[in-house]
Amino acid sequence: MGSDLKTAFRPAISMTILFALLLGIAYPLAMTGVGQALFPSQANGSLITQDGKIIGSSVVGQAFVGERYFHTRPSAAGADGYDGLASSGSNLGPTSQALIDRVAADVEQKRAQGVTEAVPADMVTASGSGLDPDISPDAALAQVSRVSAARGLAQVDVRDLVERSIQRPLLGFLGEDRVNVLELNRQLDRLGSTTAR
Amino acid sequence: MTVEGWILIALFVAILLALAKPVGLWLFALYEGRRTPLHMVLGPVERGFYRLSGIDPNEDQSWRRYAVHMLIFNVALLLFTYVILRLQAVLPLNPQGLGPVSDHLAFNTAISFTANTNWQSYGGEATMSNLSQMLGLTIHNFLSAATGIALAFALFRGFARRSAAGIGNFWADVTRVTLYLLLPLCVVLAVFYIASGVPQTLAGPVDVTTLEGARQTLALGPVASQEAIKMLGTNGGGFFNANSAHPFESPTALTNLVQMLSIFLIGVGLTYTFGKAVGNTRQGWAILAAMMALFLAGTAIVYWQEAAGNPNLHALGVMGGNMEGKEVRFGIAASALFSVVTTAASCGAVNAMHDSFTPLGGMIPLFNMQLGEVVIGGVGAGIYGFLLFAILAVFVAGLMVGRTPEYVGKKIEGKEVKLAVLAIAVLPLIILSFTAIASVLDAGLAGPLNKGPHGFSEILYAFTSAVANNGSAFAGLTANTPFYNAMLGVAIWMGRFFVIVPMLAIAGSLAAKKYVPETAGSFPTTGPLWTGLLIGIVLIVGGLTFLPGLALGPIADHLAMIRGQLY
Repeated sequence: MGSDLKTAFRPAISMTILFALLLGIAYPLAMTGVGQALFPSQANGSLITQDGKIIGSSVVGQAFVGERYFHTRPSAAGADGYDGLASSGSNLGPTSQALIDRVAADVEQKRAQGVTEAVPADMVTASGSGLDPDISPDAALAQVSRVSAARGLAQVDVRDLVERSIQRPLLGFLGEDRVNVLELNRQLDRLGSTTAR
Repeated sequence: MTVEGWILIALFVAILLALAKPVGLWLFALYEGRRTPLHMVLGPVERGFYRLSGIDPNEDQSWRRYAVHMLIFNVALLLFTYVILRLQAVLPLNPQGLGPVSDHLAFNTAISFTANTNWQSYGGEATMSNLSQMLGLTIHNFLSAATGIALAFALFRGFARRSAAGIGNFWADVTRVTLYLLLPLCVVLAVFYIASGVPQTLAGPVDVTTLEGARQTLALGPVASQEAIKMLGTNGGGFFNANSAHPFESPTALTNLVQMLSIFLIGVGLTYTFGKAVGNTRQGWAILAAMMALFLAGTAIVYWQEAAGNPNLHALGVMGGNMEGKEVRFGIAASALFSVVTTAASCGAVNAMHDSFTPLGGMIPLFNMQLGEVVIGGVGAGIYGFLLFAILAVFVAGLMVGRTPEYVGKKIEGKEVKLAVLAIAVLPLIILSFTAIASVLDAGLAGPLNKGPHGFSEILYAFTSAVANNGSAFAGLTANTPFYNAMLGVAIWMGRFFVIVPMLAIAGSLAAKKYVPETAGSFPTTGPLWTGLLIGIVLIVGGLTFLPGLALGPIADHLAMIRGQLY
């Protein structure tokens, strides 16, 4: 036992240092180099620039609260939601009074905004990350009347835009039908400007 | 539930079954210390590591020496990470200027990453500098996984060798697994993740002005390199607080599928390696069959419950399944599948918040861990955990037919059975006693976010996850407190090493035994009867102890939910 212990220290310390250099420094740095060289956009967060300003990331959701935009899902990331430094779900359980109260309030708000049908689940539930970039097609379509009214656009045009924005699952089963809200809202801004012109 | 959802689950299983043999054969080459094509490139690195460390890779170690060297290495790694985390404020690559990690959090995190648990008491993006992520955490993701696989190799040698004094060389096993399996696969996976939208940069957070003119700050970092090994090594510690639910960790349904496959890949391969090592691949397939049966049963229950949704929300006019805590791009099926995969293995990464699952949907992940994560299981840990159950199963079968039990050519005697029971008893003993303590102390009761039975589930889940070395959480629990960091840290350490040491003792004892050829009187350890017995033993010995706890938590919660009782 004594010799087992005595022979252990040198390899333990030496291998810790060697592996730290290989796995903790060389490997991540090499991957950073490869990523920056081959896929610079993705490696830096898939950022979208518009009029010289960074307006967001194509894979991360952001908050939309105004009447003129399609809204993302409720978010538990940070105090105000969609905090990119504090990703989080609500962690409320299925029998939580706080969850039911929050959903009830959101359902009421959606009703006030003209949602008449059953409310799509994703519209009133917080995502796991609090940064979900997508909503379901149903949740987007349920907002068409509000958005088109706020922008003075024909409902049919806005509905068309939503339907064109639906991303289908890869190979038909991998993933879900979904709409990227930031992308949809950018298209919406363009739709507005062409109609105005 | 949808047809597309079931196609996804079927495809997932089909890909894994197809990969079991090739991965198993590759692992077998490493188990035997044979040359692989990668030796041309990485051979000099391997030899250099041995030379600089004074290691003779051909030294055959006794089980005691194997165990001592493994333990000392793990302690050295633990101290290394503790120091890095405590000093991160003065070390480079800290673009956010984060302060040192608190002592109790650094203690918890260092233990947890050493033990392949990766419990996140911390929120990654707000606590850990880029250097801490790379140097402090990523190396454990490799080495705790390599340690697990090395230990599985040691146990395989116990079964395979005849009248042998040693069970292999710990350093050679760890180094070969890291260099010729984990690292090359991670390079490929990391490039795939980056191409799919996972960031890989040393830069700090970036400020954006949203379309509505608000300010949003997006945390970035070397995410992809960590993500690759996080899944492949069944570690599960996320770069971000929200783990694989975060779009920067898993931006698409395809990355989600690859992550799930990564979790199971090595565990599935090791079942084949075991069969190969003991000279009968049907032994490996029998184990894999038992694991898959348990896995599919669990997946069906979670998917069914999550798709059915929460009746309390339906009453408010909300339609559809349970989307609280889930991402739209994954949907219900892929979230349900992920939750079962990550807890069947000892991964603990999450792509949806288990705390917000329906009660029974959340119970299956909990139960998977309570079984000891032997359904595929963590890399290495799954198969050696399962072989402990196999030893019990042949013992029970031996009692029934009145013969000395044998397994894959080795007599299983009192010593092995006692050690196996010791290792298996660690789980319920620590989980239940620590949960009981936390459930009566004020410091423990301050933790849960949810009230009622769900609050108890949060505590039970935390200690289960810690002892089983999973690392996923019912994350409503406020665990970053001195009480929980200390209790969980100790629980993690005991859950890892109190199982490993008896397991290595079994390996040593078996290796020394003679080979017993199979006769007409031997109990066959291939075929459906054996698979059925294995499933029974896992469920009864592993699971039954937890039934009262589950009744107080998820089952009570379920009854409350369908009655509309809120807390």
